[in-house]
Amino acid sequence: MSALAPNLLAFGRVLRRAGLPVGPAEALSAAEALGHVPVSDRAAFRAALRATMVHRRDHFEVFDAAFDLFWRNPDAPARPPAPGEEIPDLPAAARRATEAMPGGAAPAPPAVDPARRDDAALTVSERERLSRMDFEAMTAEELAAARREIRRLVLPLAERPTRRFRPDPSGPRADLRATIRASMRLGGEIATISRRRRVTRPPPLVLLCDVSGSMARYAQVLLHFMHAVANHRARVHSFVFGTRLTNITRALRDRDPEVAFQAVAHILPDWSGGTRIGEALDRFNRLWARRVLGQGAVVLLITDGLDRGGAEGLSDAAERLSHSCRRLIWLNPLLRYAGFQPRAAGIRALLPHVHEHRQVHNLNSLRTLVATLSGAGSSGARNTGRPA
Amino acid sequence: MAEGIPGDIAATRALLEAGGYVADTALATTVHLALVMGRPLLLEGEPGTGKTEIAKVLAAQLPRRLVRLQCHDGMDLASAAYEWNHARQLMAIRLAEAAGEGDRAALERGLYDRRFLEPRPLLQAIEGSPALLLIDELDRADEPFEAFLLEVLADFQITVPELGTLRAETPPVVIITSNRTREVHDAIRRRCLYHWVDYPDPARELAILARRAPEVPAALSAQVVAFAQGLRGGDAFFKPPGVAETVDWARALTALNRRELEPAAAEATLGVLLKYQDDIARLRGEELARRVEEARAALP
Repeated sequence: MSALAPNLLAFGRVLRRAGLPVGPAEALSAAEALGHVPVSDRAAFRAALRATMVHRRDHFEVFDAAFDLFWRNPDAPARPPAPGEEIPDLPAAARRATEAMPGGAAPAPPAVDPARRDDAALTVSERERLSRMDFEAMTAEELAAARREIRRLVLPLAERPTRRFRPDPSGPRADLRATIRASMRLGGEIATISRRRRVTRPPPLVLLCDVSGSMARYAQVLLHFMHAVANHRARVHSFVFGTRLTNITRALRDRDPEVAFQAVAHILPDWSGGTRIGEALDRFNRLWARRVLGQGAVVLLITDGLDRGGAEGLSDAAERLSHSCRRLIWLNPLLRYAGFQPRAAGIRALLPHVHEHRQVHNLNSLRTLVATLSGAGSSGARNTGRPA
Repeated sequence: MAEGIPGDIAATRALLEAGGYVADTALATTVHLALVMGRPLLLEGEPGTGKTEIAKVLAAQLPRRLVRLQCHDGMDLASAAYEWNHARQLMAIRLAEAAGEGDRAALERGLYDRRFLEPRPLLQAIEGSPALLLIDELDRADEPFEAFLLEVLADFQITVPELGTLRAETPPVVIITSNRTREVHDAIRRRCLYHWVDYPDPARELAILARRAPEVPAALSAQVVAFAQGLRGGDAFFKPPGVAETVDWARALTALNRRELEPAAAEATLGVLLKYQDDIARLRGEELARRVEEARAALP
């Protein structure tokens, strides 16, 4: 064990550099666990380290890559690559692990797929646009203003009853436990009945936001909105999609919008111009719906419904989504005038499945956005066929 | 090391096997570590991969008393840990009054006596040790409950404000399961050993099927497993079948006196295997016939 300890600590550092939340507590647990495992049994050795140092499945891939590199599996082909060597198939996890190795390897050059080179220009410029967008112009005062706006946000189904109670002198239910406690002060005489009331709280909110192509010009205000909401309410999950769906919940958690937006810009994948709403919703249904739509969640879908993919599969995906959440609200910023006709295929596919269709004529400020969402009823919604 | 806990990984594996649970190395190692290190075990995985079964088998084999806490939204202390029996407390006050006892301190001591405390699963597991505490589907509970659970998991104790802190003599073995309908908080994860229960490989699934449904003919077993494994690859299905569904399906086909997989019987019983209409619709007709053919061609 004593010979192993320095190696274990070093391995912990490698995992930390690779982005896993591994601290001294994990290294200690691992050391303890190894006392119960024959070191000669490689599979058990790996399982022991993984059970103690990793706390979620999403981290397994990075862990396994780092394990193979660090504990020198003679069978593993992955070695720290020579700088400049092209390794087109190296998955992201292996790359992160390689970079985190001690003495470690200059970051491998990003693999370039010739087939995707066309997109590359757009990728760069869009990402740049996102990180450059006047976020620095956001003064403390403006920030406070944004928070004020968000506080005015009232969503339909604002509060849900929970099964918890809080003391309330005019509450509808007697609180026997508190009553008896109070009676103790009077020698067992029950003078007043303590009462309690059911606690209500806002349902989880899931933001699904289209930020590509035709929606890119709204990206700034939408990100502001998402950041402000995420910092104002508990249980908000934020996703953005273009051709792909990205969960930006953790990135938005920082209270400082600049830091948060930089984190968002950092994790957004290929930022191409097209929108495939159907695919993005389908992805959401498969990967995330079961994880974030519990407990009566409300989904706010922000998109113009213009779909590059010809609205393929959109209707099915939207239907599944509307069945698995409590309320699906579609905020559509492209409706310019009242006589709008839903001609685009994507819009026609979406409309029958949303519970509410809200339109905003000029989505240029947080204020319009909040006002539209808080307004009573669905303003001019064509779709009222679904039960509330 | 507490009594009755297997000495090494092989023994743990044998223990699970004796109870009818076929475990792979990673799972056997993690279970073994949870037992010897006295740490809670967090099992995550798709529904139907046998997470709850691990706890049941362990409890039966160790043997320990199984205390199960099925989580639900808004679960509070009264349903999870303990509740004061207010009716009996009120009665005690009345009796004290009738007897003319005016000693407030004595009344208070008497009123918050252990007799009036109704234990719920968490307290049962701590008091009735040695126990195996199964906290099932923690993702269904809400965050305030998780926060309360931290004390229980860290020190195996429960603090009742009126009574004091109740400790376990022998810490219970704790197994927590989650289907990931909500992410379990990091604070809970850090106190636990973690294992992701994946779908088993064909050989292991076949072994599980043989254990759980010995009446199923060998040829049918192999075909059913091959069929189910085929549904799990890729993204085609919204909810691919779990092991529990495979077992059910094999049983259903056996109950219909099938000795081999064939399209007509498969189509008629598809609802045992797949639980979403889209998935079933996707598999009707030629697609089903093709997959059945493939499953029959696959060697066991």
